[in-house]
Amino acid sequence: MVTQQRPRAAVKPPAPPRPRERGSLLSRWDLKASPYLYISPFFLLFAVFGLFPLLYTAWVSLHNWDLGGDGGFIGLDNYATLFGDPDFWNAVVNTLGMLVLATVPQLLLAMVVAALLNQQLRARLLLRMGVLLPIVTSVAAVGIVFSQIFDRDAGMVNGLLHLVGVSPIDWRADKWSSWIAISTMVDWRWTGYNSLIYLAAMQSIPRELYEAATVDGASKIRQFRSITVPMIRPAIVFTVIMSTIAGMQLFTEPLIFGQGTYAISGGSLRQFQTVSMYMFEKAFRDADLGYGSAIAWMIFLLITILAVINFLVTRRSAK
Amino acid sequence: MPARLRRTLLATAMAATLVAAAACGGADDDQQSASGPVTLVVKTFSQFGYDALYKQYEASHPGVTIKEDNIGKLGDYSPKLQQWMTAGSGAGDVVALEEGIISQYVAKPDKFVNLLDKGADALKPDYLDWKWNQALTADGKTLIGLGTDIGAQGMCYRKDLFAQAGLPTDREQVGALWPTWDAYLATGKRFLIANTGAKFYDSSSGMYQNILMQQGDHTYYDKANTFVADSNPAVRSAYDQTVGMIQAGLSADLDQYSPQWNAGFKKGTFATIACPSWMLATIQKQAGPENAGKWDVAKVPGNGAVRGGSFLAVPKQSKHQDQAVELVKFLTSAKGQIGAFQAKGNFPSSPQAIDDPVVQGLTNAYFGNAPVGKIFGASAKAVKPVYLGPANVAIGDRFTNALLAVEQGKLPPAEAWSKAIDEAKRLVK
Repeated sequence: MVTQQRPRAAVKPPAPPRPRERGSLLSRWDLKASPYLYISPFFLLFAVFGLFPLLYTAWVSLHNWDLGGDGGFIGLDNYATLFGDPDFWNAVVNTLGMLVLATVPQLLLAMVVAALLNQQLRARLLLRMGVLLPIVTSVAAVGIVFSQIFDRDAGMVNGLLHLVGVSPIDWRADKWSSWIAISTMVDWRWTGYNSLIYLAAMQSIPRELYEAATVDGASKIRQFRSITVPMIRPAIVFTVIMSTIAGMQLFTEPLIFGQGTYAISGGSLRQFQTVSMYMFEKAFRDADLGYGSAIAWMIFLLITILAVINFLVTRRSAK
Repeated sequence: MPARLRRTLLATAMAATLVAAAACGGADDDQQSASGPVTLVVKTFSQFGYDALYKQYEASHPGVTIKEDNIGKLGDYSPKLQQWMTAGSGAGDVVALEEGIISQYVAKPDKFVNLLDKGADALKPDYLDWKWNQALTADGKTLIGLGTDIGAQGMCYRKDLFAQAGLPTDREQVGALWPTWDAYLATGKRFLIANTGAKFYDSSSGMYQNILMQQGDHTYYDKANTFVADSNPAVRSAYDQTVGMIQAGLSADLDQYSPQWNAGFKKGTFATIACPSWMLATIQKQAGPENAGKWDVAKVPGNGAVRGGSFLAVPKQSKHQDQAVELVKFLTSAKGQIGAFQAKGNFPSSPQAIDDPVVQGLTNAYFGNAPVGKIFGASAKAVKPVYLGPANVAIGDRFTNALLAVEQGKLPPAEAWSKAIDEAKRLVK
């Protein structure tokens, strides 16, 4: 006799009488909705202070908007003008130039510093904290001090150049010289920050890899190239993208470096005017808010494009 | 990375002002009938020296409280003002408008109370003509502000450097050296030959603005607000004269308000500087006590000059327009201007105030007891009225930058000129 002994579906015990219908409804909602409620502050803040300004800026950029307020819808006119505006493209070239000039040496140097800090050193914690110090300094202070270091008449750099027989350089008068001066400020502030990120990544590399490499007779430099750099690749991708975003929005350093009453133009021939500076100049110095908004959106687009390129390149090289 | 925040902040600020604008309908809860107690908010930048005047006004106008909202630098103040005016809220009841700012708003006068509707026409004789006209629209129908101070200009010079160069040091004789700018250039050449190690003046932008403002009538725009910078001989002539001085090697090539410029006062890297009355305090501070008695003030070449100076205006968004207009009239009256002059040395724009013994009798101990009240007063009264168009400041920036490029040796003068014209045209569109 074969009896199929399938386990009988357990009879659900009758649900205990719900003491209060409403309370249970609330607790069900509580389960479903409260996670969203808990994370909502960020999204609400983002909507108010991020998304709304972004969209509103887009709206303004489609108008002829000046001191008198909205002067009428003009579609993409501002963007059309922007594409033919030599000052805008000059600012784009300056920004990209300074981005490369600041980011590349900065990240290379950060990597070296991180590798050094990763050694067995005396007062290691102190040294590690030391590299963070420049970030604590205000940008304005950095700008002022470096402006004096790169001063034409009494600057330290020209003083040192004088010692080796080089005639003084007017750092603000040429593109190359002003770019170098400004990139130095950026490097000084951010190298330590990036090296700490690298250091954190290096700490997670298993010691055994190095031990094995040492047994195999690999030199320290070889170990750095073949173990350290590939292992911290995600951190490198991160810093490259972050530095690109920051570099595209470079503003305070060149502004302070520019000095004078019309510093926002970044030099007499716009030698070191960045896109953010040009945006500010158009919006608030020339009172053309619509045009300024169009530039703001172009910065957004440029950053997006650069971030994507960065991402693709770094991912490809990872393969 | 604060630079990264900048764009977000800007956008946020614009958004916030919009929200505020939307909300402002019912936001002003101290809105009262004309007779009730009111608080008047006055927006200023830098120093207007009104504290004592506010107290006087409050004492004679029971129920009125005045609150001054001061933003230190004009550069920070003017974008904020733009936001308030564009958003339609935040500007308070009285705003200060600097000479450069007011020309933009005169071109769009609808944001301000027309003071001619509030009986201001009777006050016309209380202000210098050109000062009055700067706040008046081209059609003469709207007056958006009343004048406060002016940057009446003199020429400050270093006595010790002049003595070294074999030039006279007495301020009357020094003034006589340069009846015109050509004479000033000639004096500069004499100075350079003496090889004191100093240049003749600090920066070409100051000189250029000075010469331009003396040409009279109008500069970059004609009175119908048409862009004429490329055809107005006054602009070209001011530019050429400045280039002439650069080419003669007179300029120390110091951007005004840069650290080198500040240091230049102390080190004596230049012998003269065109100095509006408010500049005296800057010179005294930068040159320091160790250089006391070395500086003096003479008359400026040409027929007087002014640079800078402000107005008070009542935005239409004010909920207490009539009381605000009363306050503006009081603060800009001859009495008010003398009060501000005594408090912070802002030179009056009212002829009655300029002729007042308090102003006329003023001397400056740091500048060898120079009778600055007389010198600046004469300069202010000699100036011919100049009409400044809407984007006057922005265009002026282009020209001074062109001159800076010439000074730096980066562009020949003719190229720099056409670059400035090009940029200005693109700006005006």
